[in-house]
Amino acid sequence: MTTPDPRVDTVQDRPSVSIGAPSSGWGAVGVDTPQAAGAPVMDLRDVSVFYGNYEAVRGTSMPIRQNQITAMIGPSGCGKSTILRSLNRMNDLVPGARVAGKVTYHGQDLYAKDVDPIQVRRRIGMVFQKPNPFPKSIFDNVAYGLKINGIKGNVHDQVEEALTGAALWDEVKDKLKQSGLSLSGGQQQRLCIARTIAVRPDVILMDEPCSALDPIATGKIEDLMHELAKSYTIVIVTHNMQQAARVSHFTAFFTAEVDEKQVRHGRLVEFSETGKLFTNPTDKRTEDYITGRFG
Amino acid sequence: MTTQTQTGPDPKTELSSRGGGPRADRSFQVLTLAAGLLVLAVLALILITTTREAWPAFREMGLRFITQNRWDPPSEIFGGLAFIYGTAIVSLIALIFAVPVSIGIALFLTELAPRRLRAPAVTVIDLLAAVPSVVFGLWGVLVVAPKLVPIYQWIHDVLGGIPVIGAIFGQPVGSGRNFMTAGLILAIMITPIITSIAREVFDTVPRADKDAALALGATRWEMITGAVFPHSFGGLVGAVILGLGRAMGETIAIALIIGSSTQITANVFASGNAMPAVIVSQIGESTGTFTAALIGLGVVLFIMTVIINTAAQAIVRRAEIRMRGTAS
Repeated sequence: MTTPDPRVDTVQDRPSVSIGAPSSGWGAVGVDTPQAAGAPVMDLRDVSVFYGNYEAVRGTSMPIRQNQITAMIGPSGCGKSTILRSLNRMNDLVPGARVAGKVTYHGQDLYAKDVDPIQVRRRIGMVFQKPNPFPKSIFDNVAYGLKINGIKGNVHDQVEEALTGAALWDEVKDKLKQSGLSLSGGQQQRLCIARTIAVRPDVILMDEPCSALDPIATGKIEDLMHELAKSYTIVIVTHNMQQAARVSHFTAFFTAEVDEKQVRHGRLVEFSETGKLFTNPTDKRTEDYITGRFG
Repeated sequence: MTTQTQTGPDPKTELSSRGGGPRADRSFQVLTLAAGLLVLAVLALILITTTREAWPAFREMGLRFITQNRWDPPSEIFGGLAFIYGTAIVSLIALIFAVPVSIGIALFLTELAPRRLRAPAVTVIDLLAAVPSVVFGLWGVLVVAPKLVPIYQWIHDVLGGIPVIGAIFGQPVGSGRNFMTAGLILAIMITPIITSIAREVFDTVPRADKDAALALGATRWEMITGAVFPHSFGGLVGAVILGLGRAMGETIAIALIIGSSTQITANVFASGNAMPAVIVSQIGESTGTFTAALIGLGVVLFIMTVIINTAAQAIVRRAEIRMRGTAS
């Protein structure tokens, strides 16, 4: 194992949610280690995910770069969500699930024996497909993560900061005591994002975060993602190619292939800068997919 | 396209009803409504007829029937407060022990237990519900009560000197037939029903809610308190109320264990009596107003359970509105 990045163990040192920090797309964006911007925060090396004996995804290798939005696209059953869930060990919760290969986070093996999945999920947050606020008040939804992680400080300020960071504060500041479930779908999803950023993660995984939302709500979430990328590293799974093209800096295209035993496996076909993948893909399968000839 | 069907309107655009669809819907509606009304009617009839039977005692005693602590059939004085108190205290003890245990078992079975352990464990717990209550009663009297007396004595020796707490854990009755033993046996009897409902309630918590908590770095316990409990509150109250209903109505086991003495005391190690137990043990030798008084105890018990159920529903509604923004 390489020298552990000191920041890994000192989450409190992370930059605060700096909405409005200068952005320059690919370059350094107000990060504490400018030279590391765009450097891999996470790295996948030949990662395969098994459910029992079934190999759902095989041989995936790709980096997740700091303060960039990495999109995973591909047809249904291509394993993109499976790979996403292996990045914060949510797959641990599925009985029989197993990850082969190596997933590293700041150089540490995520699946090493001494790694606590709870700490992993604390640093690598997740937003789900269907908005899933807790049946609690808006305030308590955001404060929950602070409470369970023992984060000190003024809870109200931190809740406000997270809700502001999720572009929801102005809409809910007068009704923080109302149930999170009383909000509209798009607001609920932004509440879930606020809940996630409240614990100051390093990486945010988003599993088709807009698939249950209307186009206006989707637009708001996409704008928000650009803002969030200034402070966080984002990985998004989407089945909407236009969305990937609009929001992401890097795109991974997955597809499902049938092997010699007639078993379907997900596979990473191509990973590159989003602009290049959509205008000049190197693989024929990518080209077929993005031009609509397949999938 | 055949000429015989030209009599009716064009089948492609015909919208009025054809066949028995709407009529079947209508009769189904009437049938279900009737079933619902039948339940209400039965409840109302029970209340009306029992109240009529109990009327001589109610008329004789008035409000003292539930406020006076003197049950003296030869003098035709029927003040049932001690039995109401006994029912309440025994049910409370049963809930204090049964609720945490049941919820613990249910959580273990839904969230922690390996899949292959679940079915056998559920079977064993359900078997507990199949034991006849008279068996529980005999077991309580012959086995449990004598064995608990030294423990009661020890608790009394340790805590007896403390004010208030000392009054609760007073001098134990020598037979071990007391509120505490009755409550403990009741707790065992109501654990299966609370467990089985709590288990089903926990099973309905959406995977998405649990995932949300875990993705924030929650431990399993934090996930349970943060995602599972808020979702299950209403159902858990229902489970507890069903258990409470069973505890309040339990007759033969309590009649055997509670010690059959008419007294109101804070001492949980003292013997007492409870409404159903009084009814079952005295109705055989009663006549006239005495019988009416015993039936009156039944009416009081019935009204108490109705009040508790209504209160629980109100609590659940309020909680649901707070958690979801609407009542569901």
